[in-house]
Amino acid sequence: MNGLAPSRLTRWIIGIVVGAFFAIPLLSTFLYTLRDDDGFSLVHWTNLFDPAKASTYAPIWVGLGNSIVLSVVTVAIVLFVLAPTMILVHLRFPKLRSGFEFLVLLPISIPAIVLVVGLAPIYLQIGRALGTGAWTLAFAYGITVLPFAYRAIQASIDAVDVRTLAEAARSLGSGWGTVVLRVIAPNLRTGLLAASLISVAVVLGEFTIASLLNRQVFQTALVVVKNTDGYAAAVFTLLALALAFALLIVIGLAGRARTGKAGS
Amino acid sequence: MSDPQPDRTATLDGVEPTAPPRRGASRLLAWLGLVPFAAYVVVFLALPTVLALASGLFDADGAFTLDNLGALGDPVILATFWSSTWLSLLTAVLGAVFGALVCYAMLGLSETGGIRTAVDAAAGVFAQFGGVMLAFAFIATIGLKGVVTQLLLGAGIDIFADGPWIYELPGLILPYVFFQIPLMVITFMPALSALKPQWAEANLTLGGTRSSFWLRIGFPVLAPSFLACTLLLFANAFSSYATAAALASQGSQIVPLQIRTALTSETVLGRENLAGALALGMIVVVGVVMWLYSLIQRRAARWQA
Repeated sequence: MNGLAPSRLTRWIIGIVVGAFFAIPLLSTFLYTLRDDDGFSLVHWTNLFDPAKASTYAPIWVGLGNSIVLSVVTVAIVLFVLAPTMILVHLRFPKLRSGFEFLVLLPISIPAIVLVVGLAPIYLQIGRALGTGAWTLAFAYGITVLPFAYRAIQASIDAVDVRTLAEAARSLGSGWGTVVLRVIAPNLRTGLLAASLISVAVVLGEFTIASLLNRQVFQTALVVVKNTDGYAAAVFTLLALALAFALLIVIGLAGRARTGKAGS
Repeated sequence: MSDPQPDRTATLDGVEPTAPPRRGASRLLAWLGLVPFAAYVVVFLALPTVLALASGLFDADGAFTLDNLGALGDPVILATFWSSTWLSLLTAVLGAVFGALVCYAMLGLSETGGIRTAVDAAAGVFAQFGGVMLAFAFIATIGLKGVVTQLLLGAGIDIFADGPWIYELPGLILPYVFFQIPLMVITFMPALSALKPQWAEANLTLGGTRSSFWLRIGFPVLAPSFLACTLLLFANAFSSYATAAALASQGSQIVPLQIRTALTSETVLGRENLAGALALGMIVVVGVVMWLYSLIQRRAARWQA
């Protein structure tokens, strides 16, 4: 394997110490959700399906619905605004590439809270023009996912010879629309998939912007529910975490499948 | 990353060599293709950033003033900046050290193995773990009625004997480390993977030992990457809002919470401009840190070719 690798014992020690640090809060949260007045039970989990409790959880479902709409719009921004621009820059403006990269990685270094200060007046205008529907928040989310989506898509662009593909398709008579949609996009599908899944994960986890602009999304709803039923908040936390983990495993496997194919 | 530009345009031009007028048109079309994204970034990234920073330089009536910046010298604000700084520094260093250890341990795992896939996915989840859910997990663990708190209480240890610190600044340390370690794993792993096993072999052939390898080759080569990643972690903690907002419902111990107070305060007029000044202060700190990051990262990239 790797000559630099630590011994099995060292590996186990590191794994157990750090693993415990991560496992204890998660395990505690799980045990916390099992707590009942005088012992353990699944009551806080079965409560989710109890019609009598439905009004308590209503904010969660509203928030989750909004977050899902936001995910869809944000993914659309990534796929239909960011990705075509990246392909265009790669094919036609290679000199712009480093500047472009700087631009899309910029949101990493601008704290979301700073963005909110400037977004507040802009959203005042958007509210007048487009209404205050939850989906408008996706414009702001599209910015926060830029760096993540960019990395995922760029990795795919670098792995595929986009230029040759485009030239081949062009010389065979395809128009640019066909080139992008039917030749390049299918070749970038793992990158586009990863970018979409990461965007969904980021949108589902976003709190700062939504909370300060007073929008109801999954995370802000969690805080609302936490104030009336702390156990339910813990249950939803675990569920959301499991979902995010599953999403990223899918990304990981998609990436693996890809490298596997390239290797054979 | 400097590709030979002339060759590229040459091959591209070769696609339609017989249609010079169309080339001009398609060039124009290509520029037009950049417009949607450019417009989007201007309206939702450039404009808000400029507005945020500018609002710190104007008063409530729109006149230029440096008064808001003067507020940055206020002892309360200075104390907040200081709290944010030490919290970020402490958690960045802790996260960097433990994250690097995890990366080191992962060297022993097959890159396509199941454990590696799981650790990668877990790192991705926890680094993004939304601060709110993280705050809840820690409340369930070491909150006043948390599982671990109660267990320790049963064993006669009261971790809150000195007051409920979980809802104050020290309470943020553990949750912050919880998202810093995975971020370190994500950002530092490429640097560690770039260490070539051949270097270890060369070191052994030349009579070196395992420890001399790390002392003379491993650490010096990794030092810039490690430092760069620590800076990134610092910026990450400094910008983090959600965990603190969900954990500490009152008070504003760190700068982002202070901005919230300024933004939502309904009692004091003109506080929105204070939010702008605070945002300006934040962006200066994060900007300097990220600038240092890119400087060091460029140096570190030498070994990762």
